[in-house]
Amino acid sequence: MSARLQPRGDYEVVIGLEVHVHMRTASKLFSPAPVRYGELPNHATHPLDLGMPGVLPVLNRRAVELGVRAALATHCKVHSRSIFARKNYFYPDLPKGYQISQYEEPLATEGWLEIEAPSADGTPHTVRVGLTRIHIEEDAGKSIHDAAIAGSAGSHVDLNRAGVPLLEIVSEPDLRSPEEAAAYLRKLRALLRWADVSDADMEKGQFRCDANVSLRRHGAAQLGTRTELKNLNSFRFVEEALYAEIARQAALLDGGGRVVQATMHYDPVRRATRVMRLKENADDYRYFPDPDLVPLVIAESEIDAVRRALPELPEDRRARFESEHALSGYDARLLTESRALADFYEAAAIRSGQPKVVANWMLRDVLAQLKERDCEIDATQLTPDALAKLIALVEDGRVTAASARPLVAVLIERGVDPETLVRERGLEAVSDTGLLEAAADEVIAAHPEVVAQIRGGDARGLNFLMGQLMKRTEGKANPKAVREILARKLAG
Amino acid sequence: MSRMQPAEVERIADLARLELDAGEVQRMTAELDDRFATAAQMRADLDARRVASATLVETALARAEAAAGLGAFVHLQPERARTDAREADVRRARGDPRSRLDGIPVAIKDLMVQEGEPCTCASRILEGFVAPYQGTVVAKLRAAGAVIVGRTNMDEFAMGSSTEHSVYGAARNPWDPTRTPGGSSGGSAAAVAAGIVPIAFGSDTGGSIRQPASHCGVVGMKPTYGRVSRYGLVAFASSLDQIGPFAHTASDCALALAAIAGHDPADSTSLSEPVPDFAAAQSGDVSGLVVGLPREYFAEGADPEVLARVREAVAELERAGAKTREVSLPHAPYAIATYYLIATAEASSNLARYDGVRFGRRAEADSLGEMYRRTRSEGFGAEVKRRILLGTYVLSAGYYDAYYRKAMQVRTLLRRDFEQAFGACDLIATPTAPEVAFRIGEKTADPLKMYLSDIYTVSANLAGIPGLSVPCGFANGLPVGLQLLGRALDEATLLRVADAYQRRTAWHEQHPALDWERAK
Repeated sequence: MSARLQPRGDYEVVIGLEVHVHMRTASKLFSPAPVRYGELPNHATHPLDLGMPGVLPVLNRRAVELGVRAALATHCKVHSRSIFARKNYFYPDLPKGYQISQYEEPLATEGWLEIEAPSADGTPHTVRVGLTRIHIEEDAGKSIHDAAIAGSAGSHVDLNRAGVPLLEIVSEPDLRSPEEAAAYLRKLRALLRWADVSDADMEKGQFRCDANVSLRRHGAAQLGTRTELKNLNSFRFVEEALYAEIARQAALLDGGGRVVQATMHYDPVRRATRVMRLKENADDYRYFPDPDLVPLVIAESEIDAVRRALPELPEDRRARFESEHALSGYDARLLTESRALADFYEAAAIRSGQPKVVANWMLRDVLAQLKERDCEIDATQLTPDALAKLIALVEDGRVTAASARPLVAVLIERGVDPETLVRERGLEAVSDTGLLEAAADEVIAAHPEVVAQIRGGDARGLNFLMGQLMKRTEGKANPKAVREILARKLAG
Repeated sequence: MSRMQPAEVERIADLARLELDAGEVQRMTAELDDRFATAAQMRADLDARRVASATLVETALARAEAAAGLGAFVHLQPERARTDAREADVRRARGDPRSRLDGIPVAIKDLMVQEGEPCTCASRILEGFVAPYQGTVVAKLRAAGAVIVGRTNMDEFAMGSSTEHSVYGAARNPWDPTRTPGGSSGGSAAAVAAGIVPIAFGSDTGGSIRQPASHCGVVGMKPTYGRVSRYGLVAFASSLDQIGPFAHTASDCALALAAIAGHDPADSTSLSEPVPDFAAAQSGDVSGLVVGLPREYFAEGADPEVLARVREAVAELERAGAKTREVSLPHAPYAIATYYLIATAEASSNLARYDGVRFGRRAEADSLGEMYRRTRSEGFGAEVKRRILLGTYVLSAGYYDAYYRKAMQVRTLLRRDFEQAFGACDLIATPTAPEVAFRIGEKTADPLKMYLSDIYTVSANLAGIPGLSVPCGFANGLPVGLQLLGRALDEATLLRVADAYQRRTAWHEQHPALDWERAK
């Protein structure tokens, strides 16, 4: 087993992450207002989201279902009873003066997630990261201090986001490097998207991360004093900010200083962290159970129903692709990066009946095209049926692989029938024996020295002759037929 | 005591766009003379076409104006009320009234949200606030056809027992304007007691309906927690607040409660149990019912005259066939302390939204922190500030376990006390308040003394059980209330017993002289 990455040889880095995820619901956590992005400010609101006097929250059960789904997908223990509490603080984008969250009795606890992170020698390394808890809470609104955005001077508040259902997912301090932290976030994001819990679009603020980081001497039993990095809203920032903070803490410790508990802000321009707020005057949030809400009770049967409705999880799917489709672990992992991709592959494999061949096309041609376009498989015109058909045309010798490969891009752009496409473009493989025989004769006549080599027992020249013949037929010659004809003529 | 003159009837008829001949004016004058008509009597008059809702509403508005010195109302809504009354008259003319309350004028406390109308909770901080949505109870009242004529005075955010802590000034007791009507729903109690409306609604967090009902000589009921939706009730203490009715009779209270009770999907704490026919349950028969008399409530602390009236009332129930039995509520001595810890904790959080950012009053300041401080310091009155501070302290780090958590544990013990007591009796009878209405200014300097006004009422809120106060006589010329407490969801028994009592007594037929009104 290879060693985990150690960003600082002299210190052990300890990282725990708190992730906030917008759940994919039609309406808000406690109000009937729609969840909408890009709406005019304060247009996706209900009196409840504005904290009007006399309004009362009513829990969105769909959010509970998605929360349970996330908890089950991360192997958490789902509690049959959890409590919504008020977290009290004043801020203009917090309309009620408190956030409804869960505190003493959260939705779920004690889960884990397995991640693949790079090791010191570059090989992948599996780490099981513990999840402390998952709880449900409402998002706050947004304060806008930029006059250009707000349209006028002063501070403005947009409450469209206020009340959007969030899951807070808290990891154990099990991560040991920024790379592991990034791998954990990627894995978690993919899993939540896989399970349809969230779109987890980071640009829309649907997946946000805070990191707790501390350093300690190797072998030390006690954790070092930690700092909290707030609002790391891209994978790149997470790694950069953690490296910057690790460097800052290490420098402090090296100089005989000590780390002070604080909330840090990462400045991507200076590539450095700075203290935003010291924890000594820590906020006293005066949590208490929200008297407007009853305890959240989830029956065992409800949990079972969510479990049954849960899509096959990536690990299980990957194992099945390995065992049933005879794919390598590496290939299976690539094909299970997202549920859409795995679904696509599996559907095409079933149509085609040749999973291994389909996997090769996916990994070699389809993924490259997606990467080029920076899009997901389900955002293209390509269907599993079309891919299977194209592969069948190749396998049947009706089109050569060389002619077929560029067609993947066409199918991704326009959802046309592969057979029609091949015909329209005149790409049918040439199997006309007369034509191929004539071409073979020409090639043999043009390269007497190669022919002599082959006849002398050196078969290496055969591929050269085939290449020449393919060139003359613009790649459309059926390779099998060509090989047969050449072999016969050279033997004769 | 005729207070209505023919000229006034003619003026009111003109306002109502009704033309009356001389005979009609005379008849109306006689009919309207009954200033203290119940809703049931008004309905009989409406059904018999003896009076129009437009007239009843116009009369209520005129009386509210005339009684301005009482400070019962903080806002009248004549335009909306007139329109609503005319529509009720049209429905009745078509033979299609919406309910037994259709066309009856009512009043609501200034913390019940009504779309398009002000809602200030008698606080400076909600100055200018007009509600942008409809509260459930108001929606239900409108659906029943009841005509809301105005909003009643109260202690700011329902924090008080005297209706003195109001930005509009103190409300006065119709029996003696130098005294308070009790509180916090003092305006609603006074509006009914003074014969302005037959039914008014208030809210009860620790006694805020029952205590003013007692002090004003009317019936007031706090339903079971969750029986009436709190959606649109501006929160003081969410786990204790309930809306309930005031009326002259338990029978009217039954009608009023039936109109507003029932499950509301917009309130997660609202109960889904069906609402029984309270009126049908009012058989007048109480024979065999066991009335529990808690030892702790008859011990000491109460005015002996008040205790005497309550004992006489209990004796009357015995004569009607009820049995009595001593019961014990051993944790009763902790109720006030428990109540003030829980209620203030919840209030400190509930009132955080009044921050000057989105609605209501905002103080000008150079920084956000300063804006918060100034808005809240200028917007809230002293009693509200006191309770916000107390509640914030109770919840703050290091004190939560000692205060809030402990109070919640005692609350459970109190609830068990009642469960145990109701194993031995069907309902409990106690004084509603330890004394009769006190003088304005008498207790404002001593909050603790004021808090003790609720000593007999807070337990019902902590336990979530229903309670009502029914007039049971006078002490020193001022009304005394008998409090009846019942099992959760058993409002029907309380209303039945109070109705039976009123059938046998005439306390509710005695009314204040209202000489202060003429003097004005």
